[in-house]
Amino acid sequence: MPKIPLSDLPVLPQNHLPLHILLQKTRVSCNNDAPTNTEDIIYSGAYAAMGVDNSLRLDEFRKNFKVKVIKLSEEDMEFDLIGIDASIANAFRRILISELPTMAIEKVLVANSSSVVQDEVLAHRLGLIPIQVDPRLFEYMSENDVPNEKNTIVFKLHFKCERKSGERRTVYSHDLKWLPSGSEYMLPTENSSDPSSKPKTYTSFTSSQDSLPEFLNNPITVTPGIIITKLGPGQEIELEAHAVKGLGQTHAKWSPVATAWYRMLPEVILPRDIIGEAAQKLVNKCPVKVFDIEDMGDGVKRATVARPRACTLCRECIREPGWENKVELRRVRDHFIFTIESTGAMPPEVLFTEAVQILEDKCERVITVLS
Amino acid sequence: MEHGSYQDLSASTFTLPDEDHTLANSLRFTLNQDPRVTVCGYSIPHPSEARVNIRVQTTGDPANEVMKDSCQDLMMICQHVRSAFDQAVADFKNNKASESE
Repeated sequence: MPKIPLSDLPVLPQNHLPLHILLQKTRVSCNNDAPTNTEDIIYSGAYAAMGVDNSLRLDEFRKNFKVKVIKLSEEDMEFDLIGIDASIANAFRRILISELPTMAIEKVLVANSSSVVQDEVLAHRLGLIPIQVDPRLFEYMSENDVPNEKNTIVFKLHFKCERKSGERRTVYSHDLKWLPSGSEYMLPTENSSDPSSKPKTYTSFTSSQDSLPEFLNNPITVTPGIIITKLGPGQEIELEAHAVKGLGQTHAKWSPVATAWYRMLPEVILPRDIIGEAAQKLVNKCPVKVFDIEDMGDGVKRATVARPRACTLCRECIREPGWENKVELRRVRDHFIFTIESTGAMPPEVLFTEAVQILEDKCERVITVLS
Repeated sequence: MEHGSYQDLSASTFTLPDEDHTLANSLRFTLNQDPRVTVCGYSIPHPSEARVNIRVQTTGDPANEVMKDSCQDLMMICQHVRSAFDQAVADFKNNKASESE
């Protein structure tokens, strides 16, 4: 390499980032072989040589941060989080899956089961049924607690397939009946010498749950239509299921979401115009119809990027040799398309605000410990 | 819990029990964005132990203070996200209601 005097070196741009660095900072490039620039540059002094401050300024964050709701129903929602770092978006996702409480069946008391499904398998299946109740109305049950009306929900399942019918019958989740007054099964008494003492059941409810204002005209139900098991002629199931409050990190049955995920916004760029036959070829290549053809007049047809959001980054459009230079696939690093599918216990928008609240509480706890 | 030295307060390792990537990675982000921090990273020493170590080295300020400020920053971010989200959901519901009328 020839020696270049220091004075002849190109001057570093001051107080702004050159375009190629800006592209590295804000976009993930998806090339034919592998994605590049995947690492987020978060260090505050990363661009100090160019006089650019990369530190966190809250007022700037507040100005740039945007939320756009795309779809919202009782069970699922899709929204865009724009202007936030992946670490924080991921924290929300992780909290949604594993740190938000719900109620789920934890104990199953089987009185009779002649079904071919083993008791432990049956209990596992019952555990996974989502219970449509707001967990914030209940308390956690610790090891020494007795089951009471504040920490336990009891369901009864009694199902018989008559021998006469000669047909198999299906047991569904909606065959579970809520018992607002707690368990109906008696604890085996140790001393029968004291007949005056009231016989005890497996739960000690002091009052019936349906007398509480929250459940007065709003009985607790489970998601209907889920097959629990099938019974042959003459088979019978009689059991009681006790649901308690728990977290998804203990067992997935306590997760309030079926799934919660995000993806970065795809960005498809055509650096040069693609016209004529090549345009039609490009439109045909894409399995999710990202591209459209635009008539430029004089019979000239040009390819346009019509639906970049639909892009799944399958990279089919750049697979053939030569195409990598014609189409650029990127992802916007700070734009997250977030999807939450609730199991039904709480609406998805409530789940997200609760998740953010939990991250806040975590920070507060660290501050208290360090002070 | 903080592991550091009384002579040099500018470098410390913080052990957070019952925490994982959720908090540690978010804190690593806010810490790295603080101009007073020279080096910051975190590790989970063993996967079956629920605890995470966060290392913070600063240009001179007490690491403890910087850590607290970063937690504060993360809280402010969360508060803003929450209010912006609630606003967006309310707007969406209003729009839908006015459309169906």
